[in-house]
Amino acid sequence: MSIRKRPNIFRGINVERLLDLIPILIALFAAFIVASFLLIALDANPITAFSAMFEGAFGSQNATAETLVKATPILFVAIGITIAFRGGVINIGGEGQMIAGALGAITVTLMIGESLNWLVIPLALFAGFIAGGIYGGIAGFLKAYFDVNEILSTIMLNQIAVQLMNFLLNGPLLDPESGGFNNIPKTARISEVAQLPRLAIFDFFSRTRLHYGLIIAIIIAIIIYVLLWRTTIGYRIRAVGLNQRASRYAGINVERQIVLSMFLAGGMAGLAGAVQVLGLNYRLQTDGSPAGFTANAGFNGIVAALFGGLNPLGAIPASTFFGALLVGAQKMQREVGVPASMITAINGLIVVFVVSSQIFILRRTRRRVGEAIGQMDDNHTEKLKEGEN
Amino acid sequence: MIGNIITASVFASMIRLATPYLFAALGETLGQRSGVLNLGLDGMMLMGAFFAFYAVFITGSLILGLIAAIIVGGLMGLAMAFISVTLKAEQGISGIGIFLFGLGMSELLFQQWIGTPTTVSGIPDVYIPILSDIPVIGHIFFNHNILVYVAFALVPIMTLVLNKTNFGLMVRAVGQNPEAADAMGVSVTKVRYTTLIIGGILAGLAGASLSIAQINVFQQNLTAGQGFIAVALVYFGGWKPRGVMLGALLFSFVNALQLQISVVGVNIPSEFSAMAPYIITLLALVFASKSREKPDALTKPFERG
Repeated sequence: MSIRKRPNIFRGINVERLLDLIPILIALFAAFIVASFLLIALDANPITAFSAMFEGAFGSQNATAETLVKATPILFVAIGITIAFRGGVINIGGEGQMIAGALGAITVTLMIGESLNWLVIPLALFAGFIAGGIYGGIAGFLKAYFDVNEILSTIMLNQIAVQLMNFLLNGPLLDPESGGFNNIPKTARISEVAQLPRLAIFDFFSRTRLHYGLIIAIIIAIIIYVLLWRTTIGYRIRAVGLNQRASRYAGINVERQIVLSMFLAGGMAGLAGAVQVLGLNYRLQTDGSPAGFTANAGFNGIVAALFGGLNPLGAIPASTFFGALLVGAQKMQREVGVPASMITAINGLIVVFVVSSQIFILRRTRRRVGEAIGQMDDNHTEKLKEGEN
Repeated sequence: MIGNIITASVFASMIRLATPYLFAALGETLGQRSGVLNLGLDGMMLMGAFFAFYAVFITGSLILGLIAAIIVGGLMGLAMAFISVTLKAEQGISGIGIFLFGLGMSELLFQQWIGTPTTVSGIPDVYIPILSDIPVIGHIFFNHNILVYVAFALVPIMTLVLNKTNFGLMVRAVGQNPEAADAMGVSVTKVRYTTLIIGGILAGLAGASLSIAQINVFQQNLTAGQGFIAVALVYFGGWKPRGVMLGALLFSFVNALQLQISVVGVNIPSEFSAMAPYIITLLALVFASKSREKPDALTKPFERG
């Protein structure tokens, strides 16, 4: 009996991928349990607290819209983190790359003004992508050619970006109308043609802050999914992520792929910064603190990427979940008096739980991949030896 | 002009500012020499800083503050060991998880248990007869709280432990070649648990050296990324305690200079001087990345054959 091989359009959704969900579910469950105990320890009723959170995140049109507004930059960053992870690079630089992207977008927008009509939006987004990409690319370059640990370099670059932004917002980019008096460092407001329109589905979400950045993020998630799993570019990135040595034997320029994954990752975070400017605040503003502009989306994006199973499409529900946590936590703070910072702690636990429970599937995969690569290595080593002779 | 900026006070604050970096980075050195990258250092420092502050705030006892920092730091180290050694989780990411946990938890508990910004009377400076009275030198070196001296004393101690003791030999063996160490009968798991718990304790003390000795307050994200700098200092110092100390001194000198520049009012945008330490660290990472002391097994979980 012959089994005809079906063309598998949704290659991403198969048994292997479903197994990938196990650590995520374990993590979610464990985080839920720990959060409950924490709430009890803080004299709050977990059921009241969780229902307040749900109410705060999805209880009304406006609540849902706010959840999605929070989720949008997280989704962009998570897509970028996913690319980097798949390429074997750990990108902690989402914060800095977001700032770089926002600076690129606001500079282009303010320079163009109203002269190009609606064309300013794609140009500003592109500028945000490139600026974030270059900023991420620096860390990729340093890793590829100078063996600089990318985790450390991106953390340094985050701090540098914050200071650069503070300098520009207090100087060259300072809102001329603020008269030099600026408790809240901010740029001038962008012209109306440059503003991403609000997103209203018929009457739904009208009069909320939800904007087209969400739609752009979802489209980009699909594009990156296709890029990673359907193109040679994506194949090379993932090959380097799985095994650098084998990729090199196979003739892939490993250094270039590392720079490319970090460029793309930075570009995604740059878009996150750009849509915050173009769709939400209509200017670049901060309160001077490191997370004053980003609201920690650069870090939360890491959590969402892991939670999304390191898949751009998985990042969509994952980012929504974290957007809901952040918005819901504010309601929880008001209703049961537990500080919203609990969510940061829970996010940390979720990260720990996701990577810790990976052990259950990793052993199986690693053994299989290891065997395959071992064979590849042997074959190539022989070939190389023949070549030398 | 230059004389206004580079004063004895700058050197004195260099020594003082280097203290938290030294505690944290020396502990990190030990962990990394055994093959584990602990990126959660900043979170551990925050937890240590908060619990030390809270203990002093409630009891007024500085000793209890230090004990609280040691216990909390040790527990955080134990958690990191369980995650990275027993569960073999990816170290870079689980470290970020630990960091986020420490960041959120310390802020949560601060808001819940204390609420408003408060100061405590912290560890006083020690007056050393004769030495403290020497002009300039006394001001720079002999007018600090006890934790400063402990931190600097740890440098030769750590060097001795790593190079001259049986334990140090095991640490280095486990970091360089865990398979061989395992074959020789060294328990990779035990060694790594030990180094990570010690690293956690030192991170807790690093936090305490901020919250109950240097600035005597606790606030959200008190460390402002100092733990991450400490991790970078280990690379900078080539995994050697003395190198780590030189890095910590250089970094805090730039920091002290930056503070002084903003006081004197030199016409450099303050953002640029605030940026300088990070740019220097980044450059240092470029030039210091190839050290022969770099543990071969760093970030690699050990799996028996």
